[in-house]
Amino acid sequence: MTEKRSRISSMLVSVTRRLPTRARGGESAGTPPAAPVRASGEKGAPATSGAGARAGSKAAGSTVAGPAVAGSAPAGAAAVRPVAAPLRSAPQRPIVPGTTVTARALVAVIAIMTFLAGITIGAVSSVSNVAAEWTSDIARETTIQIRPGDGLDVEAALAKAVSVARATQGVANARALDESETAALLEPWLGAGLDLANLPVPRLVVVNLAPGAGAPVLAALRSALAEQVPSAMLDDHRQWAERLSSTARTAMAIGLAVLGLVATATVLCVAVATRAAVDAARSVVEVLHLVGARDTFIVSEFQHHFLTVGLKGAAIGGGAAVALFLLGSTIPSWFAVDRSIDTLVGALTIDLRGYGGIFGVSVLVALVTTLTSRTTVYRTLRGIG
Amino acid sequence: MVRFENVGLRYGMGPEVLRDVTFGIPPHSFQFLTGPSGAGKTTLLRLLFLSLRPTRGLITIFGRDAAKLDADATAALRQRIGIVFQDFRLLDHLSTYENVALPLRVQGREEASYRAEVQELLHWVGLGERMHVLPPVLSGGEKQRAAIARALIGRPEILLADEPTGNVDPSLARRLLRLFLELHKSGTSVLIATHDIGLMDQFDARRLVINQGRLTVYD
Repeated sequence: MTEKRSRISSMLVSVTRRLPTRARGGESAGTPPAAPVRASGEKGAPATSGAGARAGSKAAGSTVAGPAVAGSAPAGAAAVRPVAAPLRSAPQRPIVPGTTVTARALVAVIAIMTFLAGITIGAVSSVSNVAAEWTSDIARETTIQIRPGDGLDVEAALAKAVSVARATQGVANARALDESETAALLEPWLGAGLDLANLPVPRLVVVNLAPGAGAPVLAALRSALAEQVPSAMLDDHRQWAERLSSTARTAMAIGLAVLGLVATATVLCVAVATRAAVDAARSVVEVLHLVGARDTFIVSEFQHHFLTVGLKGAAIGGGAAVALFLLGSTIPSWFAVDRSIDTLVGALTIDLRGYGGIFGVSVLVALVTTLTSRTTVYRTLRGIG
Repeated sequence: MVRFENVGLRYGMGPEVLRDVTFGIPPHSFQFLTGPSGAGKTTLLRLLFLSLRPTRGLITIFGRDAAKLDADATAALRQRIGIVFQDFRLLDHLSTYENVALPLRVQGREEASYRAEVQELLHWVGLGERMHVLPPVLSGGEKQRAAIARALIGRPEILLADEPTGNVDPSLARRLLRLFLELHKSGTSVLIATHDIGLMDQFDARRLVINQGRLTVYD
């Protein structure tokens, strides 16, 4: 094979010496045109110097014994660039073009869809956290109400209720609201300067349950109060807790439905855009196929390219979503704003699960891009074959 | 080397575009494939290049039944065949050097192992000064030679050329023919598809004439 290669090389030299000046990169502007081909086996005259005198050449179909020598001249040889010391080539470009309009558009589509999916995940996570926090808070705090009447010593009943509550297993803290705090609670309805001694206003004991304490603790407390403080009534806020829990479940269901829609839209958009990008590079698939590349090589090249594209777009979109939530959670502290604004932007605060969700959707988008490119290239190859 | 026996081909449910085609390509041979436009030259080339499967008949290439080749075996056989497309099929985002090196690159070879070889071949086909140029900047003749170099870099045993002189002037066409003749004399079997009678008259070679899907061989 080496010998064959050498022969081909020698013969190519003899042929290309006669190529037009422009074709040889501007060498030898005055090179005359070559004589017509008259090799052995041709019609007409026998081989002449114009085709290169070829020692030992045989009829068509045979091999050439000696090297093809160009018509003559050392000058001709000088016209061919010496190749003894090969030039260093520039770094090779990727086989799959990466800077096309389609590729840039695909990065943009992936980034935008990942950002939207990330925002949705963050919002759902935030709503879930807030709802859980509200439900938990309201479930942890209960109230004992002491109603005045029938010569009841309200202060003594309050003290007894506090002591019964504190003695109950699972109660973290119990505290009676004093008169000023009770007056403050009623101020929006009855005005300031209220004298509670003249009004049959119920008094309250705020009971905080220990973390994890639930219905059995409340049952035990209710039972103990019934025995020891008959005038006391335990309000476990069950009605409010159930309403809040129901609201939270509805909000979560809506959030998950929106997340499902956004995730589906993201996957479809990314898949369609990726398929379009692969189709735009169909000529590359065809050429690789035709120069003898194995299908696995072609698929690998495209997969690698589209994984890079997917990760790039997902990193931009996911990073932007994370940045938004980070800013949302830290901006209030930068400006030392009051609690109302803190509460307003508090919805943008997400926990590690939320950030994990955004990371997960970014990885999912990159994988969808890669797998879509893989299936599309295989489909294209099946079409070509 | 290549053997077609009663090969027929139809696209979908359409009429047969090739009918009962029987011929062979012996080692170290040179032949023209000719016929009017639309006669089936390119289809026959695609069958030879294993990018089409016949509807009927037997194609044997390098002793292998083409119908029984899987994708990897087809790719491996295709590496033993060089093809020059009428429209060159150069990748516009790769330089001339990278286009010519592509058949070696897809074999998984390191660039350092073939760099000198590719540069050498590019100098020999007169593109030494154009190796870092992108194809859109090349002239038609330069593209043709780049396509030929790409077909040759893998040292094929058969070279197929589809209208290789269709986009060049008569002078360059003669020189390209000489290039193919020299390759043939080095031992490569060459098949040139052309409808250029003038080109075929320059060399007394075997002719495969295809007309209305039927092939006639004139040895």
